[in-house]
Amino acid sequence: MTDVLDRVQDNSAQAAPRRAAPKAQRPGIVDCDIHPLAKSAAEFKPFMSAHWWEHMTTYGSGVRQAFASTLAYPRMAPEVSRADAWPPGGGPPGSDLDFMRAQHLDANGIAHGVLIPLRMNAGNQRNLEFGAALCRAINEWQIENWVVPEPRLHGSIQVSADDIDFSVAEIRRCAQDRRYVQILIPPRNSEPLGRKRYWPIFEAAVEAGLPIGMHVGGVSGFPAGAGTGAVSYYYEEHQSLVQAMQAVIVSMILEGAFEAFPSLRLTCIEGGFGWAPSLGWRMDKHWKVFRSEVPHLKRAPSEYLREHVYLTTQPVEEPEKPEDLARLMEWIGYDRLMFSSDYPHWDFDDPAYAFKHRMTDEQKQKLFAGNATRLFRLEAA
Amino acid sequence: MVETRERAQQTGQSAGPAERTAGGGSIFGHPAIDCDLHPAVPSTQALMPYFDDYWREQFLSRGVDRLNFAMSSSPPNAPFSARPDWRPKAGVPGSDFEMLKTQALDGFGVTYAIANVIHAAQAMHSEDMAAVFCRAVNDWLAKEWLDRDARLRGSILVPTENAELAVEEIERRAGDRRFVQVLLPAMGEKPLGRRAHWPIYRAAEKYGLPIAVHAGSTYRHAPTSTGWPSYFLEDYVNQSGAFESQLLSLISEGVFAKFPDIRFVFSESGFCWVPAFMWRAGKTWRGVRAEVPWVKTAPANLIREHVRFTLQPIDAPPDSDILEQIVEQLGSDDMLMFSTDYPHWHFEGTDALPRALAGDLARKVLHDNAMATYTRLHD
Repeated sequence: MTDVLDRVQDNSAQAAPRRAAPKAQRPGIVDCDIHPLAKSAAEFKPFMSAHWWEHMTTYGSGVRQAFASTLAYPRMAPEVSRADAWPPGGGPPGSDLDFMRAQHLDANGIAHGVLIPLRMNAGNQRNLEFGAALCRAINEWQIENWVVPEPRLHGSIQVSADDIDFSVAEIRRCAQDRRYVQILIPPRNSEPLGRKRYWPIFEAAVEAGLPIGMHVGGVSGFPAGAGTGAVSYYYEEHQSLVQAMQAVIVSMILEGAFEAFPSLRLTCIEGGFGWAPSLGWRMDKHWKVFRSEVPHLKRAPSEYLREHVYLTTQPVEEPEKPEDLARLMEWIGYDRLMFSSDYPHWDFDDPAYAFKHRMTDEQKQKLFAGNATRLFRLEAA
Repeated sequence: MVETRERAQQTGQSAGPAERTAGGGSIFGHPAIDCDLHPAVPSTQALMPYFDDYWREQFLSRGVDRLNFAMSSSPPNAPFSARPDWRPKAGVPGSDFEMLKTQALDGFGVTYAIANVIHAAQAMHSEDMAAVFCRAVNDWLAKEWLDRDARLRGSILVPTENAELAVEEIERRAGDRRFVQVLLPAMGEKPLGRRAHWPIYRAAEKYGLPIAVHAGSTYRHAPTSTGWPSYFLEDYVNQSGAFESQLLSLISEGVFAKFPDIRFVFSESGFCWVPAFMWRAGKTWRGVRAEVPWVKTAPANLIREHVRFTLQPIDAPPDSDILEQIVEQLGSDDMLMFSTDYPHWHFEGTDALPRALAGDLARKVLHDNAMATYTRLHD
């Protein structure tokens, strides 16, 4: 860890040429966002019943959009990935464990990596029974294909939030297995996640002692603009994910989910973090006038934000002045920021180069390892 | 318009023509222009004289004259819709001329105040009914308010979902130079950058009218991309997300390149979210600009040049270092424009100008930035 973090320090002084940076000898970073992909859908077959395998190959994914098998807004790179992340042995980026080890886990000193499976929109299937089968398959596939051969990796329990009964059952089924470290719910669902219909999921999360991980994305059927209709470009859709993330946090705080479940924790993944302080100020400001509408809140909204919400760092904010990044992270608090790389995607953050400001050793320790180690109950890196 | 802006910018160095013509002083020790306050239509009956025979007969026979067209994004009885001391004993907050005159115009000592009437005219599903209601509200505003106090200026309400009818209304009203901008709600059917709206911008540019985008929704869509929240408070907090969407729509669709002289005035939007939005919009743009090749200027600089933000509500602790830092992060002293948002409840007493805005910056926020934005205030 020391070596990698020293490179961070060097980078702030523009000192270290990228190629000259030494490989970490003592890995120690926790990466909260690594995307595994299947080489082909057949990888899921062992984890699905004959019926659901047949269903998947016949009908495919069915979500609330016009496009049968692709995202509504085409990305800027094939598989949304770094050009150098395609495994030499074939298959899409993120599908080859050996190559992932060589290119990322070993090279960047990753002691623990949290898997975030995204493909198939398992969390938003219109056919809830199929969605449940898909979630189960993805959950088992993570363990068998990734965590068993590479114990540095940890699984996320994918659930389908609009199927409350299934979600609760799946959390209970998986929570016995400590190789899962969080519950994965997309930020876009039928309703804002703080609404009461979703509370049984939070109850199960608290019972299992697992945080909710919310990775940007999801297909809700609502237009990507924040109440403004369908946006035109991927440029807009990419940023709209951040607004969706904020809307979920607003919902969970103001609808009282954190008041009702004091030990519930939420991790926001790949939404950035620049917006968090002003969201807290804004909620507090208006809560003072509207508080008779939300008597269930016992504290200022920003206090729930500060206590219950963790933010992963990628894509790292890039203020015009680097000192604003330092200020921003202090406003949020280093005990709530956790490093994530988004490997192998195109906007990957390299732990050695992502942060353009100077951090103390204590701040680095929290951000790169300590916070996640504690939240996910990992072995100390 | 460009010439006027340059002229107004010169007032930054010395007391230029704009300041001299404005004259007077506010309670803040500088001339002040209130860029967002809300006279309200007291009842639909008050609009009846402003409909033609066909519509008047329609509305009387259908009982439309007895309907209440308050917007659900600002429910009149909610605490935020009127500060307790600004709430009339009876009737809709903002509907009493004498109260508004005494409390807002005299109370702050403003030179001008720009009236944004928030009315469901802009949300009506019948495009024809929306158009006649907008027309009636505009005519009512001119006669019942602008005629009664020379300090008041107006915004032109236009039907939001039909650009042709919106342009008709702009052209009908543009001759009255007391109307200084066009009003659109923050959430409508289509994002504001979409080409369907461009005829509105073309007309606005032609007549020297900025476009005010004001908090509120026609609720054509859920107010978030993950559905309908439970509480009004959530909707109000989530407004900033809508403003972010609209800002990125205007940038990515190339509106600022196509209509370089138009200014957009984000009203009741807050502004503490803007620096982080700029950073993210800039970062993503560097990665995806091939998708929007007409965007040739960094988003932060486009925003600084083309977009203005009214002051209230201030979505940060008002008297803290934080606000100073946010203003510094905006990276321009030209972007904020004073507003009270009267009669909405965002501050107490006359404490509308935070201490973080002092000296030269205070003068610009109170006055110069508005003069640079609203060319019609130079008449």
